[in-house]
Amino acid sequence: MSISFLRRRVLTAALTGAASLALTGCDAIGDSSTGRRVLFSAEKLTYRAQRLITARNALAREFSAADLSPVFRTNGTTMPSSPSYQQHLSEGFAGWRLIVDGAVESPLALSLTQLARLPQRTQITRHDCVEGWSAIGQWTGVPLKFVLDAARPRRSARYIVFHCADDFDGIPYYESVDLVDGYHPQTLLAHSLNGARLPVGHGAPIRLRVERQLGYKHAKYVMRVELVDSLADVGEGRGGYWEDQADYEWYAGI
Amino acid sequence: MTSTAPADGQLVKRHRLSTRLWHWINVLAVFALLMSGLMIFNAHPRLYWGEFGANSDPALLEIGSTRTTGYLRIGSWQIDTTGLLGRSDDANGVSRRRAFPGWATIPSGYNLAMGRRWHLFFIWVLALVTTGYLIWSALNRHLSRDLLPSATELKPRHIWQDIKIHARLRFPTGAAALKYNTLQKIAYVKVLLLLLPLMVLTGLTLSPGMNAAWPWLSSLFGGRQSARTLHFIVAWLIVAFVIVHLLMVVLAGPLNELRSMITGRYRLPRPRRI
Repeated sequence: MSISFLRRRVLTAALTGAASLALTGCDAIGDSSTGRRVLFSAEKLTYRAQRLITARNALAREFSAADLSPVFRTNGTTMPSSPSYQQHLSEGFAGWRLIVDGAVESPLALSLTQLARLPQRTQITRHDCVEGWSAIGQWTGVPLKFVLDAARPRRSARYIVFHCADDFDGIPYYESVDLVDGYHPQTLLAHSLNGARLPVGHGAPIRLRVERQLGYKHAKYVMRVELVDSLADVGEGRGGYWEDQADYEWYAGI
Repeated sequence: MTSTAPADGQLVKRHRLSTRLWHWINVLAVFALLMSGLMIFNAHPRLYWGEFGANSDPALLEIGSTRTTGYLRIGSWQIDTTGLLGRSDDANGVSRRRAFPGWATIPSGYNLAMGRRWHLFFIWVLALVTTGYLIWSALNRHLSRDLLPSATELKPRHIWQDIKIHARLRFPTGAAALKYNTLQKIAYVKVLLLLLPLMVLTGLTLSPGMNAAWPWLSSLFGGRQSARTLHFIVAWLIVAFVIVHLLMVVLAGPLNELRSMITGRYRLPRPRRI
């Protein structure tokens, strides 16, 4: 009895010690370069696995008007502070042009009117934030595919980078997707939400919709679409603001 | 596993290598997934039902905070949880707004990106190892022989008998201790074939990529936010299993049980003296 009691005491102490050691250990692993390399390796596996089992043009689910969120909350920047954005905003984006350049045969500068002349698509989809919440909204815009077709990407182009008007501590927001998502039928340069012009809080005049990925990939306030051969020279090389600043995955399909 | 009945007090082979390997990798993965999962929950500590759900939508469950207190709210029922849920002290004694406290999360400080890195790494570990284990256990008949309860065992009278034995803490001795009892089988099978697969499926339903690949996922669980709520509930069912499992290990003789899961060898309990 006393021996088994002692054993239990020793075991309890050992387990408590192991638990607190494990906790400190986990933080240390997350801070070490090897630990990070191992943990971060899962992203490529997820990316490849999801691409493997998903048809190239498999659509994100589309909903009906009855499914819309009563309130579609905003997130991130809700009012870009740069003087040039404020200028465009005060002019109703009349002089604003979307720049399409980089690895393309014919660089473009498109006004909102020119974008409106391209084929349009309207879709009611669910926006999934990395934090866990979801909202359903109706988006209208130009499928990015038509803009890309007009700019004629070079054969070497592999990624599409979106440069934005909003900034975090002076660093303008940027995001990128691969060509599979870039040419996906639901990938839009959206100018309307729920039938009205995109409010500033949601990214006026144009925001990206890339429906098979999480919210932070859906860049707001898109000013420039740049085609690149590699992400190495974009920001700090990981393809997006949050990817570079806070270890978020570039592939945000989950 | 043995053909001739071994004597009481004898050291016998109890657990296969595949079972032991899976068990310990799973211990690691389940803890990493649970604690990084609590970190991810902390990013938006509200649960909903249906396809969508955000701050202005009604939440079924919420862990929230005021300037000085923390609370847990389920439906209209609310309880003060200051110090544990909603608001707790960090390692330096500074009061923080955290749904789950730092000692329960990976990483211990608020970091959604790293919580996700841990979670999305260890789910691959758990999914691959458990799939491998299930296939292996079906092939070597561990599943059918040792784990799945027989029709006789599932009869209410037998289950009731087993409940009475458990309530009296009368654990089997001698060769009878070499077999899982009915409640034990039900518990193991429930985790292996129900709860873990449910965790994987509800987890996949949270993925916008998987929603495009497998649209039936979200229909199965009644929407992404429902799946998130179920993911949370099933996680706590697994925690409940772990607590009962550990309690049983302690009651049945922790060192003997631990040895059997590490080396595979188990000393047959002698009949108890009354």
